[in-house]
Amino acid sequence: MELLDFARGPAISVALAIFVFGTVWRLVALFGLPRMHDLSVPRPGTPGPIVAGTKEIFRRMWPRHEFSQLSMFSFLNGYVFHIGLAIIVFAFAPHILFLKGLTGLHWPALPNNVVYAVGAITVISLLAALIHRLTSPVLRLISTMNDYFSWFITLLPVVTGLMAASHLGARYETLLAIHILSVCALLIWFPFGKLMHAFLIFISRGTTGAFLARRGIQF
Amino acid sequence: MNAPVDINKASAKFLQVTAEHLAVYMEACVRCGLCAEVCHFHQASGDPRHTPAYKLVPMTKAYRRQSGPFAWLGLAPKLTEKDLTEWEELLFDTCNMCGRCTIVCPMGIDIASMTAAARQAFVAAGLGPEDLEQSAQNSLDHGSPLGLTVDKLEERIDWLADDYEVDIPLDKGKAEVLLTISSIEMMKYPDSVVAMAKLFNAAGVDWTFSTKGYEATNFGYLAGRADIAKAMVERIVAAAEETGAKTVVIPECGHAYGVLRWGGGNIHGKPLPFEVWHITEYLAKLKREGKLKFKPIDGKVTYHDPCQVSRRGGAKDDARYLLESFKEFREMEPTGNYNWCCGGGGGVQAIQRSAEIRYKVFRIKMDQVEKAGADALVSSCANCRLTMDESKAHWKWDHDLVSIVEALADAIDGPAAAKD
Repeated sequence: MELLDFARGPAISVALAIFVFGTVWRLVALFGLPRMHDLSVPRPGTPGPIVAGTKEIFRRMWPRHEFSQLSMFSFLNGYVFHIGLAIIVFAFAPHILFLKGLTGLHWPALPNNVVYAVGAITVISLLAALIHRLTSPVLRLISTMNDYFSWFITLLPVVTGLMAASHLGARYETLLAIHILSVCALLIWFPFGKLMHAFLIFISRGTTGAFLARRGIQF
Repeated sequence: MNAPVDINKASAKFLQVTAEHLAVYMEACVRCGLCAEVCHFHQASGDPRHTPAYKLVPMTKAYRRQSGPFAWLGLAPKLTEKDLTEWEELLFDTCNMCGRCTIVCPMGIDIASMTAAARQAFVAAGLGPEDLEQSAQNSLDHGSPLGLTVDKLEERIDWLADDYEVDIPLDKGKAEVLLTISSIEMMKYPDSVVAMAKLFNAAGVDWTFSTKGYEATNFGYLAGRADIAKAMVERIVAAAEETGAKTVVIPECGHAYGVLRWGGGNIHGKPLPFEVWHITEYLAKLKREGKLKFKPIDGKVTYHDPCQVSRRGGAKDDARYLLESFKEFREMEPTGNYNWCCGGGGGVQAIQRSAEIRYKVFRIKMDQVEKAGADALVSSCANCRLTMDESKAHWKWDHDLVSIVEALADAIDGPAAAKD
């Protein structure tokens, strides 16, 4: 079996299975923990947990002007690579074809050159994020291997994808196989590390939104 | 404390207090470090260890080892004695549970709730600052953290009633409203107790203090002693039941309000049989009902939002409604739910070794007040006031600190004012 056949066949299938089951398991394990039933009386006239939680998910997308002393780098750079990754995954024609094979859904793609440019910007943004993490005393202290490995495993598919697209360094088939394998690595790691924040962000923001709204705290 | 650190008890307590929402918070942190930028302790010290997210480490470690989704693999490192001893200062001395980090966190993690839960595990392990733990024990043994026993309460109420010629009912039988006391007020700022009595009497409130349950501050909660937290809540419940009060008013104390209003039912195990109001909320209600009127008050003042009343309590607007009586009120920046903390909440005021960093934190407040062009700083929390009074003395700062209740009591307008 060629490397590309392996990557396209058993590797991606196993990786997807681990991604799905791992993610579900992690969420089930969380929701299986005891829940605290808040017995305080909510402030009258405050919204319920669903409304408040949903509002909070959107409210936290940007810091309030009251926190003007915040360095905006984390926010801005975070948006750059998150949006970049989303464009690469969901707006690149070959990726849409792959997703169509998985789900049956498809949509128009962006021109390849645009996606390549976004890929390059995303790599730069991810490198900037790493430099920030390594040079900030706070981030250096609080960072764990989880952060660095998650960073690496996120960067890898972008870099290998760009290499495959530009036929850089090896045969296209080999580069494509490496790219697919790097995506497999990301999918396998996803449920085990901090990449799970892609799902957890909705739960944690929603939980706190409901908590604050119950008390009548408005921002 | 010098007793051996009991890792097993800490681990068991971590396991016990890790409810679903706290586990979500532990899992969700992306370690972006934004919380450090809004934490007054980190701002004051510049020490990366004072990053709020860093406080989660021991609890997260225990969770991953014991009940995390991959705990069964046995790969997560164990909680160590070093984890606990190194983090004691971070969870007790340098966290007010003020929730400023909560509002900036892009993931919405409520680190204040985590601190409260983690403190219980530290205490179970035999850790925790001795003076804070002693304050909690005093509450259980003597009725209050500052030694305000029933005898002292009766003695001081007699003295205040005589000296200020004000009616201060104690154990009067049935009453609609049970007023509670922060022992800080009774021992250090007794004028505040007199002021509350004057205001309630002027408004014609049917109220009383009770020897059965009078201490509003709950050092059991702050010190990580769930047993004492419960005992303190039960005393107030018993007092309210005895007097038939359907309303319990918390005096100028932010954490007392936060613990009873938002945590009381959870500690009690069922919804509280009465409503809980902070004094500013209750005075605002009396003002809205036309039962209290105030004369204009002189002075350029600004308002320090006690974290548990505003940011964690949802009651910032009532204070501002009362502050309308001040002729020259000006907001500081930032204000309301975004205001900087005094540095003494969450029991930190009771921890002597934290004094130096509290003083440093207060420089942020001094700067805010000066930029607002105010001569005086009004607050509605005796604990904030005590913290700021000590820091003010340390820096020889010449601005005044004013209790909102005392200022309003001096400005009561109408015939009732003359009576007292």
